[in-house]
Amino acid sequence: MVLVTGGGSGIGRASALTFAREGASVVVADVVVDAGEKTADMVEASGGRAVFVKADVCRAEEAEALVGRAVGCFGRLDCAFNNAGLGPGRSKTGDLIEEEWDRVLDINLKGVWLCMKYELQHMVGQRSGAIVNTASVVGLVGFVGAPAYVASKHAVIGLTKSAALEYAASGIRVNAICPGVTRTPMIDRIIAERPKMAGLYRELHPVGRLAEPEEIAEAAVWLCSDAASFVTGHALVVDGGLVAR
Amino acid sequence: MKSLEGKVALVTGGSSGIGRAAALAFAREGAKVVIADVLVEGSRETVSMIQRSGGQAVALETDVTRAEQVEAMVKGAVAAYGRLDCAFNNAGVGGARAPTAEHTEEDWDRIIRVNLKGVWLCMKYEIPQMLEQGGGVIVNTASVAGLVGFNGTPAYVASKHGVVGLTKAAALEYAQSGIRVNAVCPGVIHTPMIDRTVSKLPHMAEVYRKMHPMGRLGEPEEIAEAVVWLSSDAASFVTGHAMAVDGGLTVQ
Repeated sequence: MVLVTGGGSGIGRASALTFAREGASVVVADVVVDAGEKTADMVEASGGRAVFVKADVCRAEEAEALVGRAVGCFGRLDCAFNNAGLGPGRSKTGDLIEEEWDRVLDINLKGVWLCMKYELQHMVGQRSGAIVNTASVVGLVGFVGAPAYVASKHAVIGLTKSAALEYAASGIRVNAICPGVTRTPMIDRIIAERPKMAGLYRELHPVGRLAEPEEIAEAAVWLCSDAASFVTGHALVVDGGLVAR
Repeated sequence: MKSLEGKVALVTGGSSGIGRAAALAFAREGAKVVIADVLVEGSRETVSMIQRSGGQAVALETDVTRAEQVEAMVKGAVAAYGRLDCAFNNAGVGGARAPTAEHTEEDWDRIIRVNLKGVWLCMKYEIPQMLEQGGGVIVNTASVAGLVGFNGTPAYVASKHGVVGLTKAAALEYAQSGIRVNAVCPGVIHTPMIDRTVSKLPHMAEVYRKMHPMGRLGEPEEIAEAVVWLSSDAASFVTGHAMAVDGGLTVQ
């Protein structure tokens, strides 16, 4: 029984499908109803079980209700993939407006914390569980023109490590994944606005290409599986070598 | 569904511990396995364990610190099974316990030679074979001591940090050639190497346990799972990464 936030598109949708392929029942959460419902339909069409729940993860009452609904649907919560997030903007630190700062930190960081808060409360009772949070390669290194995004993703890694330590003895593992630039609607929009970004993104990766959402999904699913039983507090980098140089 | 069906995997240090567990996991996932080690008896035992479970494996006596033996090992793997898809460069020695100023030169040289030069030599001969085939995957055994320092094992810590650096360098060099190169960084694992330390210094059992936020040591099989995953197509965008499998040790 798995919860995927930001399940309406990109990495979240690919992960919902991959979790289902591995036999899990999936609760797909997103603020965008059409997209989330479509993911749930895709899971069902592939022979899996899925339920869509609309949730804005940066509102405590919605995050709490989401976890409650998830447990209500399938009776337990074994894995949570806290993946909902906003993309990088294009303002430098001195030019960033406060509203954008607040919005990015609210969704990318506070949203992950709120989800974990209610997931952990439930998993502690089960004495088991696995949580994966979506960070980014910019959770590990800096990037020009996305200060709020970079700060939020660094913070997700810090939060992941803290929770991993706190719940290590309670049978709950908490890890992060750090994708490189991945071919998602979020990135497609940026490239559509600024076509030169396509080549720039490609060249960022020593392998010479962007990631596919399915490649990130495989990492999230593996970290949630029993095969990763001794892995906790780790920031798993899936980036075609980007941060190695 | 087996993730490495039809592949050929090479495991150095495959006579015991993490190497043996990885060899068994590679075989379980459908790979034919070449076990290389200086310890022939242990390697043969690993081979028969794989054969008993219906897999295919051969053992090659190899000292990874000697270039000609490493070259012969890669040739031997290709001679046995026709190709080399996955290499797990895992042979290594534990650290002599002495602080930096008291470490002997002999211990220093031996540890660096096996743990670091051995890994480099293996890659040196594996990579040309993989290039010829159009790709391959390498995983090197580093350690949590490749990410953080520890008291009293300076050569071991230096060698394992070296393995992480070497892994990143090779990953960059061959990223466009279809070869992925990653490292695993195990915490303290229940292996014969650690069991020997604990039998000499019984208080270390508790020390090792407490090092891990999970409150226990890792099992060789838990490292093997990470190695097999990194070697599979599921990890197709993962290269140059040092994956910690350490029960939270390096997070503190």
